[in-house]
Amino acid sequence: MTESRTISLEVNGVAYERDAEVRMTLADFLRHDLRLTGTHVGCEHGVCGACTVLIDGRSARSCLMLAVQANGCEVTTIEGVAPSPTELHPLQQALRDCHGLQCGFCTPGMVMTLIEFLNDCPNPTEEDVRIAISGNLCRCTGYKGIVDAVLAVARGERR
Amino acid sequence: MKPASFTYHDPRTVDEVLGLLASLEDVRLLAGGQSLMPMLSMRLIQPMNIIDLNRVEELSYIHLDGDVLEIGAMTRQRDLEFSDLVRDALPLMYEAVRYVGHRQTRNRGTIGGSLCQLDPSAELVTVAAAVDAMVIVASPSGRREIPFAAFPAGLMTPAIEANEMLVAIRFPLWKRGHGYSFEEFARRHGDFAVASAAALLECDGERIKRARVTLGGVATQPQTLSTTHLEGTIASAAVFDEAATGCDALEAMNDVNYTDEYRRHIAKALVRRALRKAYDRIANH
Repeated sequence: MTESRTISLEVNGVAYERDAEVRMTLADFLRHDLRLTGTHVGCEHGVCGACTVLIDGRSARSCLMLAVQANGCEVTTIEGVAPSPTELHPLQQALRDCHGLQCGFCTPGMVMTLIEFLNDCPNPTEEDVRIAISGNLCRCTGYKGIVDAVLAVARGERR
Repeated sequence: MKPASFTYHDPRTVDEVLGLLASLEDVRLLAGGQSLMPMLSMRLIQPMNIIDLNRVEELSYIHLDGDVLEIGAMTRQRDLEFSDLVRDALPLMYEAVRYVGHRQTRNRGTIGGSLCQLDPSAELVTVAAAVDAMVIVASPSGRREIPFAAFPAGLMTPAIEANEMLVAIRFPLWKRGHGYSFEEFARRHGDFAVASAAALLECDGERIKRARVTLGGVATQPQTLSTTHLEGTIASAAVFDEAATGCDALEAMNDVNYTDEYRRHIAKALVRRALRKAYDRIANH
């Protein structure tokens, strides 16, 4: 008894139409069906934040959504944030410059969370940034480099 | 594929949802999914049917109805966070919603989902209890209102029937310019609170006219401290400290993370803080 639905959605500006089993999470749909494996799956129950994507511009944990719920939505994943194949998004560049990543597993989720955060709050304090990333676990950096990177972008030091 | 198989329904109207509830067996309503999805993925629940409420647009609204703020069950926590109406009319909720999960979860999580999930630590549950909210529940035979105090039937279980759904919550408003504060302690911002305290005050000069102190996270349901001795007295730090000692008598949860004694200790500190802050915020005294 496996029910499927045909869904249409736009991911990183590309329109897709696919059949998805109704119980499939959006995270699995992006990774397995669309082969967009930049979205990382850590805990798969909404704790680690690694699978964060933007749904119609709003950050959400793609492991806590069904793929069918994204029907008709515009989804942005980490593959869609850099301006060109040879350039990084300013946040990615800042994370690189400030040692805001080591293993990089949490980074896609961090970047998606922070893109929305900086839109909501363009001039954050350090505390604002720490609260903003409280839903994204990083086990390498101790967060300092990540916070530094966000503040550098907010100050306009990265493009 | 983590959840077990289910049949998926995505109705557009409340009437359609009620029709489905009346005809289907073993149903779970999917609101924001920030608690239900993990439960499905961990297979703690394996319902035959999921009714997704995310396309029922009539359930998403915030509107002022005289001295009551009515909020539709599918209103996102983010919409509460960024609502000028909420900030103005129900500042306690405006302050509390910032503690709810994280930005990513508030973007999806809904007020109705939080209230029906009834997590002991849930901030919106504590706010609803603090202002004696009325919960509006619909079924095929009509609508009924449940006072929030009667809404929890037990741990994480709302007192609604299998053919009913929560459609809106009505929050009676305190007088404009009242004092309010929501204080919370968790190990990390956005984690489940060890304890939280909501304080509301109305004063005439320095004299307290009306007071309410409600605690979340301490017991399985929100606990309201007796504040009768506060009403009519002149506000002071000593009076607030005295009120906070009411926490010593609370039944508190005792688990591997936090003992009951620790929860009461934290609650007491939060009540002291919340009452002082609420008083300081009263515009003219």
